[in-house]
Amino acid sequence: MKFRYIFLLIVLLPIKAFALIEVDITRGNLSPLPIAVSPLSIDEESKENFRMILKKKNIGSEISKIVENNLKQSGLFNPLNKDAFLQKPEIANLKPRFEDWALIKAQALVTGKVTSVDDKLRVEFRLWDVLAGKEMMALAFTTVPTNWRRVGHIITDKVYERLTGEKGYFDTRIIYVAEEGPKTNRIKKLAIMDQDGFNTKYLTLGNELVLTPRFSPTNQMVTYLSYFRNLPRVYLLDIETGVQEVVGDFAGMTFAPRFSPDGKKIIMSFAMDGNSDIYTMDLENRLVERITNHPSIDTSPSYSPNGKYICFNSDRSGYQQIYVMKSDGTNVKRISYGKGLYGTPVWSPRGDLIAFTKLHKGKFFIGVMRIDGKGERLLTENFYQEAPSWSPNGRVLIFYRETKTDAKGEGFSAKLWSIDLTGYNERLVETESDASDPSWSALLSN
Amino acid sequence: MILIAAMSLPFLSKIPIDLPPIVSVELIQITDKTNIPFAPKAKKIIEKVKKKEKLVSEQAPPKVVKKEKPDAVPLPDENIEKVKKQEDKKQNPEKIDTEVKQVSEFEKQELFDPNNIAALIDKSKEETAETKYKTDKVTQDQEKSVDMLGLSLSEEDALKAQIFGCWSIPLGLPYNENLLVRIKLRLKPDGSVIRSEILDHARMNKPGQGFYKVLAESALRAIQLCQPLRVPTTGYERWKDLQLNFDAREMLGG
Repeated sequence: MKFRYIFLLIVLLPIKAFALIEVDITRGNLSPLPIAVSPLSIDEESKENFRMILKKKNIGSEISKIVENNLKQSGLFNPLNKDAFLQKPEIANLKPRFEDWALIKAQALVTGKVTSVDDKLRVEFRLWDVLAGKEMMALAFTTVPTNWRRVGHIITDKVYERLTGEKGYFDTRIIYVAEEGPKTNRIKKLAIMDQDGFNTKYLTLGNELVLTPRFSPTNQMVTYLSYFRNLPRVYLLDIETGVQEVVGDFAGMTFAPRFSPDGKKIIMSFAMDGNSDIYTMDLENRLVERITNHPSIDTSPSYSPNGKYICFNSDRSGYQQIYVMKSDGTNVKRISYGKGLYGTPVWSPRGDLIAFTKLHKGKFFIGVMRIDGKGERLLTENFYQEAPSWSPNGRVLIFYRETKTDAKGEGFSAKLWSIDLTGYNERLVETESDASDPSWSALLSN
Repeated sequence: MILIAAMSLPFLSKIPIDLPPIVSVELIQITDKTNIPFAPKAKKIIEKVKKKEKLVSEQAPPKVVKKEKPDAVPLPDENIEKVKKQEDKKQNPEKIDTEVKQVSEFEKQELFDPNNIAALIDKSKEETAETKYKTDKVTQDQEKSVDMLGLSLSEEDALKAQIFGCWSIPLGLPYNENLLVRIKLRLKPDGSVIRSEILDHARMNKPGQGFYKVLAESALRAIQLCQPLRVPTTGYERWKDLQLNFDAREMLGG
């Protein structure tokens, strides 16, 4: 009986059968994604209205240029030349002809429309998947016309997030020390600008030396160090309101104040009697707490994003190296073991990496390592560069680089540079004057 | 009896292939997903606008915006749907989606695509390899076993090499998460895609799986960009159903 069933099964089933073939795709190309940013269409009336208010001929084109420039600077996108576009912006905005965009090798397309509504700027935009012929995202913004640059940055953030899977970093600001004059007698002012180098504003007059401005990770507060009658003072500055206050006068040298992840504390180092240790200050009650107590020099503290750990540099092993400890100062552990000296460690907002400056054989490197010290990668090398600061999404680092002076003592300059985690996308960040000590803000809009 | 049994033995040892119903890529409702407002506030605004029938031609503007900070408001797709209907009558551009453009064999021969030079070279290599293989007096049984197993190494390499070039890996993805996207394809004899189906489709719209969605979309784009896929010239039955496993961990982990 049993054999009869087996026989029937054998006879009835087809002789030839195929298993499903599986192919593993484990590699891809890392070249920038070709994207077409169509100029935002605008009707004549709105165009004229915004021309009067903003003194811009075509605000739709201007906004799309911002988006295009941001995407290009990220290194992850290749915005295609507008001359190759076959479809007009006003038609593309309604319904893209995907064949036309595929023909110029675009894989994604941004279209949109600008209108004037009660003297306000209303911007709609859509992101399209050209190859699938589908809409991926559609959003509209209404704001005061003077915010037009921010609208461009916000659109970029949304497009970036939708296509890469991580938050953008374009609607952000950078605070830095603007420098002028000869190297021996520099005038240093606190300055702030959009991440693309526009809208520069000076926050101090240059009468006093300013150092190490740092943005709060939660809001638009800045802490920085300034010298008043040769005494270091830690200041708090609200960028939105312009209100500034002194956190405290500290005896001895004070270095590198930096916010805790919740923005409620400041962590910094004080040098007293030749010994530098790490302290925190509660911004509500101004209570100071000592975190390290060691005869060595402990400086440059930076919190992990969850606030549970602190990385800092110390010469307790004989050479300046990076250490990690719990936020109460216990369980101190050295993590850097490479050749050379390590400094200015900064914990990534993602929490997975620590950026640092390394000095080895007379050259300066900006690099990253995992939080256990493994996987060290040096991203860039130069004569002199330091002070990396993370973009809010943890993908890009901004730092400053100085050039050598020549025999006559001329030719010195300090400029801001950025580099992404791949190490390939290194760019000069344009500033109005020489610049140092940059710090990247959190996203202005979430 | 023995002969029949012997020929069917490999089949007995395997679990019968359970083909789930193939879902067209068309069914991935990206638009629906993106229509979910980003914030509760935005959702309220959208609902308000939808109630007002007069605003058919307007695209959901928040009427009064007090804040100077720009508000993000998802756009409704009413207008787009309208345009779709109108254009469908004329050009019907969306139908090129997953189906292959109807190009005749004659036209195909005339078309010269510089991007496919590599493919042509590779195929010529395969052809010479195949001839060599045949001259090596391989028995019919051996050929059959290759047929039953899947693609030969060179066939698989050719296909992989083609897709590697088409797949733009989204670099923002975290390398330490489970980011394997499995896509099942039904192919035409010329390698163009009739249907594609994401096997873990349910993950696409799950909360907290944004990374998976981005990766899956990039994989689908790679397939679209690469088609017709570089498949063997013979043995269609063998490879007409194909599963591609896109795994970005190796690339992102570096």
